[in-house]
Amino acid sequence: MSIPTRHFDALIVGAGGAGLNAALQLAGAELRVAVVSKVFPTRSHTVAAQGGVNAALANVLPDSWHWHMFDTVKGSDYLGDQDAIEFMCREAIPTVYELEHAGVPFSRLDDGKIYQRAFGGQSQRFGGEQAARTCAAADRTGHAILHTLYQQNIRARSHFFDECFAIDLVRDGEGVICGALVLEIETGEPLLIEAKATLLATGGWGQVFRTTSNAHINTGDGAAMALRAGVPLMDMEFYQFHPTGIAGKGMLITEGVRGEGGYLINKDGERFMERYAPRAKDLASRDVVSRAIVTEVKEGRGCGEQGDYVMLKLDHLGEAVISKRLPGIRESSRIFAGADPVVEPIPVFPTAHYAMGGIPTDRFGRVAMPAGHGAEEVVVGLYAAGECACASVHGANRLGGNSLLDILVFGRLAGKDIIDYVRENPYQRSVHSASLDQAMSRLERWGQKGEGLTVQQLRAELRRCMEDHAGVFRTEDVMAEGYRKLCALRERLPAVRLTDHSKVFNTARIEALELENMMDVGLSIAVSALHRQESRGAHSRPDYPQRDDQTWLKHSLYYREGDHMDYKPVRTKPLTVESFPPKERVY
Amino acid sequence: MKISVYRYNPETDRQPRMQTYQVKTFQGMMLRDALLEVKKQDESFSFRHSCGEGVCGSDGVNANGRNVLACITPVTELKEPVQVRPFPGRPVIRDLVVDMTRFYEQYRAVKPYLVRKDPLPEQEILQSPQERDRLDGLYECILCGCCSTACPSFWWNPEKFHGPAALLQSWRFLADSRDQATEERLDALDGPYKLFRCHSIMNCVEVCPKGLNPTRAIGRIKELMLEKGL
Repeated sequence: MSIPTRHFDALIVGAGGAGLNAALQLAGAELRVAVVSKVFPTRSHTVAAQGGVNAALANVLPDSWHWHMFDTVKGSDYLGDQDAIEFMCREAIPTVYELEHAGVPFSRLDDGKIYQRAFGGQSQRFGGEQAARTCAAADRTGHAILHTLYQQNIRARSHFFDECFAIDLVRDGEGVICGALVLEIETGEPLLIEAKATLLATGGWGQVFRTTSNAHINTGDGAAMALRAGVPLMDMEFYQFHPTGIAGKGMLITEGVRGEGGYLINKDGERFMERYAPRAKDLASRDVVSRAIVTEVKEGRGCGEQGDYVMLKLDHLGEAVISKRLPGIRESSRIFAGADPVVEPIPVFPTAHYAMGGIPTDRFGRVAMPAGHGAEEVVVGLYAAGECACASVHGANRLGGNSLLDILVFGRLAGKDIIDYVRENPYQRSVHSASLDQAMSRLERWGQKGEGLTVQQLRAELRRCMEDHAGVFRTEDVMAEGYRKLCALRERLPAVRLTDHSKVFNTARIEALELENMMDVGLSIAVSALHRQESRGAHSRPDYPQRDDQTWLKHSLYYREGDHMDYKPVRTKPLTVESFPPKERVY
Repeated sequence: MKISVYRYNPETDRQPRMQTYQVKTFQGMMLRDALLEVKKQDESFSFRHSCGEGVCGSDGVNANGRNVLACITPVTELKEPVQVRPFPGRPVIRDLVVDMTRFYEQYRAVKPYLVRKDPLPEQEILQSPQERDRLDGLYECILCGCCSTACPSFWWNPEKFHGPAALLQSWRFLADSRDQATEERLDALDGPYKLFRCHSIMNCVEVCPKGLNPTRAIGRIKELMLEKGL
């Protein structure tokens, strides 16, 4: 069978902030770039980011990239790589100006500069007073940024393959990655895209959890493709539960609510964060606040009939501030919680939100993996950026406002590095037929007919299992049982059958392919979590309550083959400044 | 509740049909939840959806004759039996999935990006809060297409009339104090179709799930044209 083939200098899989910012660099350099996205680009989940993007512009309060760096290192519970963090915090400033020049409608201060709000884990002077570092477009910053980047790509005439699902990476005879096999959703036909360099920018995988702020599309497709290509996933146990999802539903209520002066209360009306983080209170780091909420509920101080949530109070901010700065969450709260925050508090509970871990990269977006004897090697021609990648700037816990920053900075950098790479490697490699057959077999497997389990059934069980066994608090027993259940689910996967074998816009088939990806990613989280015997950042183990720098100040690497774990050291040396040594982390 | 959905698979169906499903409701159920329930019962049913909170703009459908975003439409607001059809006036690909190519072409045609001719400053281009306020009600558009596919002028001339969504974006850039392409933008809108096919029917305003007002934006463009013409 011959598969239609297209050729480009670079292939970008994913059209969120990272993919689109990379595409802009490439198009600007006159390279032929193909952007493949399983949804129309402005439907990518970057659109849902609310609060803002961090940069030490000092528009409101004194600030410096170095303070931003300190906060990020501390927030990461010292697991972040300090060279990458220094780089990101320095780059933040020109990155935000560049976005503004591109047209992002940031909210403004009276002097005409970009509005900046306070966010969790931010400080002036290395742990001093609260900083105001988060540049915001009301509470729709992700929407504003994603639309602007797409608009600039229209101007740059980037080539989009909308509603195309990436099935798998493909290799040449030497094993070098040289593009991807994709499925055109509308026609149901495969298409081979050959490229000199391939960037995975597929976003996160919140869908592996039952309650999540993530969209239906966030199924970890890129991470799973990397795993299947033999690349390990790094620090997968560190998954962020955002403290304030709408209770029982999971939709995000931005940290910006607390940044603007909102706070959490329990059933007694007590502002309980004062007990957990005496100084930063409600603006402590996200891992700290999520644990506090779960603890309040566990100890019987939750609100409602079941006592299973807490309240986020912001009515004291007044209607003017809420309408001006938080219009989106007012709308969400009214629709999904039936509560107008101008008059009553919002019921909230932690929701699966963000993957700190992912495909290991260096700070140029190049995928890097151990090559034996502790050395690292770049995977030729393969890049990753955005939430699916791990640079690693978030370590064990990401600060609010650093995710938009991460995707923009590293998306851009990956784009720039690809330009150099393609100039040095100008010839297209051709896909080896065995590699293409392997990718095609992923698709053909779903052509099997007959009785079997359903995708929906397994998907629901997987999500339930992850929620129950890899949540905010994790103990050996709970996680081991979770791993057993996941292994059993994995064994049942081959027995799943589709009943719909049509081609045109067959979403059941897409969901089946996504389920395979979610299964791999779910396992990588469970196995990585089970092995790490300490509490650090978002990985909180009551059976190992302390952080253990002696043994565990290292990155986890999960390999799909045999659920194998490996580790590599944290890069504690920044580029130009002194290193921040691990200290006790209090807020 | 009873929900009746439009079914059409070009590979097997010669005619579209309505198919009725019985779904169990729950407190706070949205139309998207009901469609997901249908999907659970019958995996051959296709519709687009993603964020589930009204920000990605994927799941625009026509429910009981009105264009809505399924994920923020409570089923309690819909009279039974609920009839869910694809957006009117667009070619149907399958079930509730329509071909939005023309809609996106019209969006691209208004050059929806900031044009700056002056050298860029080292820091941000300054903009007062009042100037920024003019973008409220414009930049929030999620390109769901509820408005344009509810517009009779767009039904008749989808290849010539930009439609409300694209024109709202045209005004979003005309209204931006930082943009420096006013003349070109206005010149490009000249002629009887692109802008002037709007007859202020206001279906767009009626259906916009984000509460935006394309008709007003179109009016502003016309005013600006007059002002510049004089």
